[in-house]
Amino acid sequence: MAEAQNIPVGSTTAGSIAVAAESTVATRMSAPPSFDVQDFPVPHGREEEWRFTPLERLRGLHDGTAVATDEGVRVEVQAPEGVTVELVDRDDPRLGKGGTPVDRVAAQAYSSFEKAGVVTVPKETVLTEPIRIAVHGEGGTRFGHQVIELGAFAEAVVVIDHTGDAVLATNVDYILGDGAKLTVVSVQDWDDKAVHVAQHNALIGRDASFKSVVVTFGGDLVRLHPRVSYAGTGGEAELFGIYFTDKGQHQEHRLLVDHNNPHCKSNVVYKGALQGEDAHAVWIGDVLIEAKAEGTDTYEMNRNLVLTDGARVDSVPNLEIETGEIVGAGHASATGRFDDEQLFYLMARGIPADEARRLVVRGFFAELVQQIGVDDIEERLLVKIDEELEATV
Amino acid sequence: MATLEIRDLHVTVEADNATKEILKGVDLTVKQGETHAIMGPNGSGKSTLAYSLAGHPKYTITGGTVTLDGEDVLEMEVDERARAGLFLAMQYPVEVPGVSVSNFLRTSATAVRGEAPKLRTWVKEVKEAMERLNMDPSFAERNVNEGFSGGEKKRHEILQLELLKPKIAILDETDSGLDVDALRVVSEGVNRVRETGEVGTLLITHYTRILRYIKPDHVHVFAGGKIVESGGAELADKLENEGYEAYTKGGASE
Ligand SMILES: Nc1ncnc2c1ncn2[C@@H]1O[C@H](COP(=O)(O)OP(=O)(O)O)[C@@H](O)[C@H]1O
Ligand SMILES: [Mg+2]
Repeated sequence: MAEAQNIPVGSTTAGSIAVAAESTVATRMSAPPSFDVQDFPVPHGREEEWRFTPLERLRGLHDGTAVATDEGVRVEVQAPEGVTVELVDRDDPRLGKGGTPVDRVAAQAYSSFEKAGVVTVPKETVLTEPIRIAVHGEGGTRFGHQVIELGAFAEAVVVIDHTGDAVLATNVDYILGDGAKLTVVSVQDWDDKAVHVAQHNALIGRDASFKSVVVTFGGDLVRLHPRVSYAGTGGEAELFGIYFTDKGQHQEHRLLVDHNNPHCKSNVVYKGALQGEDAHAVWIGDVLIEAKAEGTDTYEMNRNLVLTDGARVDSVPNLEIETGEIVGAGHASATGRFDDEQLFYLMARGIPADEARRLVVRGFFAELVQQIGVDDIEERLLVKIDEELEATV
Repeated sequence: MATLEIRDLHVTVEADNATKEILKGVDLTVKQGETHAIMGPNGSGKSTLAYSLAGHPKYTITGGTVTLDGEDVLEMEVDERARAGLFLAMQYPVEVPGVSVSNFLRTSATAVRGEAPKLRTWVKEVKEAMERLNMDPSFAERNVNEGFSGGEKKRHEILQLELLKPKIAILDETDSGLDVDALRVVSEGVNRVRETGEVGTLLITHYTRILRYIKPDHVHVFAGGKIVESGGAELADKLENEGYEAYTKGGASE
């Protein structure tokens, strides 16, 4: 589980595999899932789901004091022909099908948004160009809701870009029809002050495959909750994540894969690099294999690379198995550091210091970047990773 | 002909909030084509000498000079020293997570040679060098030193020696912890490099065992932070029979 030898001071990497009759994933939360913010008490910080998050930096998203602004956050959707893009009212029946808010901020977003975006790819439509959603902040506060729905056997790539400065709380539903294939790349390339809290709910149809790539570079506080459940058998989920946590940033990724149907697969790989004083990355990976989910095949992994002193990682993989009739289940978490001895070793082989650091970080991420499968995104990420390195080292 | 000249080298380290002098005036000249064995008891400062020559930041040079072909080595950064032709095979090679051996070797060769080696010839060069050292090809895809056994780490160091072709190679206890088979393979690797006549070798060791495979031209006894006796290969035989007691009496070193 915790494989690394030189875990940086203050970091934790604690994992568990529990074989139990009943899941504790739900009972660890301070309230059951609900669309209504009133069903959640205002968190004080000691709750299991909030204990790593600096509440005082949430800009009031958690306690009802955040107020949506009319302007200051723009959302633009660019979609190829054949795709329907709509803005719909709160009572639209397509909203909320992917999953229910599991914490107070997600419920606040659901209770507060005015219009929701719905992007629909009709059945059997195979897109050759990505759908692009640009969320750009100009200092505003926004509660949002976005649905992306693929009909049966539709195929699409969606790239969601977050830039600028905003306080944003949203729920994003990904609904995959039978046999559909969806790749979503969500890039959090925020300015330094942005606060972004979101729950992603993927509901994967029979034999459908879902690939989520979450890339978090910016923001003061980013807390994302990618969640997956299956609407039928034979579904597949790949959840990839890359984060680069700089000085003072809090970046938190809390995943849940609920194997609630038989013969589904999931593969979770999140990798993060940290540098600078008080850079804090949190990774929670909950995988639940329900009693009825025989034939499940799942693996989850989190790796962290700490580049400087003063950064902290909390990594908690958690696998709960309620049936023994599975194909495979495993998890791994490791946090290591790039230290002066490693730098010396590389330099002693003629490699200049900045190149040594680049080599280590690129190498660390490369394998994962290569699995994204969207060329211009892969290139952009490698460039971005280099920029991150140059920015503060 | 490349020459490394060490003159009256004094080195300190910080330990437990105190400054401790480890090297107390080392004098040594190593020329291309020569092999010098440095032998000494544990704690006498052999690794300190090796690290100081390579430029490890933990060691402070308080006096003396080191030059390579007249160039001031002590003024150079760690990577500059390597590019100038100094190579240190480390006693304890460092694990580098996320960097594959193949990527590491190529980046290093590119830096040291000043241009990227041509891909096709490079792949062949690495493959053949690995075969000679009995290294499985899968090695290239593993992360640098991560999970390597002691013997694998040492082979990997010698692989780099063969690929980087330095002017001066410092081998710090490359023999320690190796079984006889591994010792032979590693020694053969060192000898292949030596036979080119292009490298000056500083072979640091605690035991005389490796000198059966790698014949030194000069043997130096290192004790208490300096060279206390120098001679030919016969000096190694004397150490084999008598040990280091004669040099460590008087408490110069443990
Ligand atoms: N980085 C360091 N920090 C503190 N003390 C050191 C360091 N390196 C070496 N020393 C001390 O210097 C002395 C010589 O060590 P070393 O050069 O490793 O000897 P050798 O290689 O001959 O066994 C020892 O007393 C050791 O504890
Ligand atoms: Mg030593």
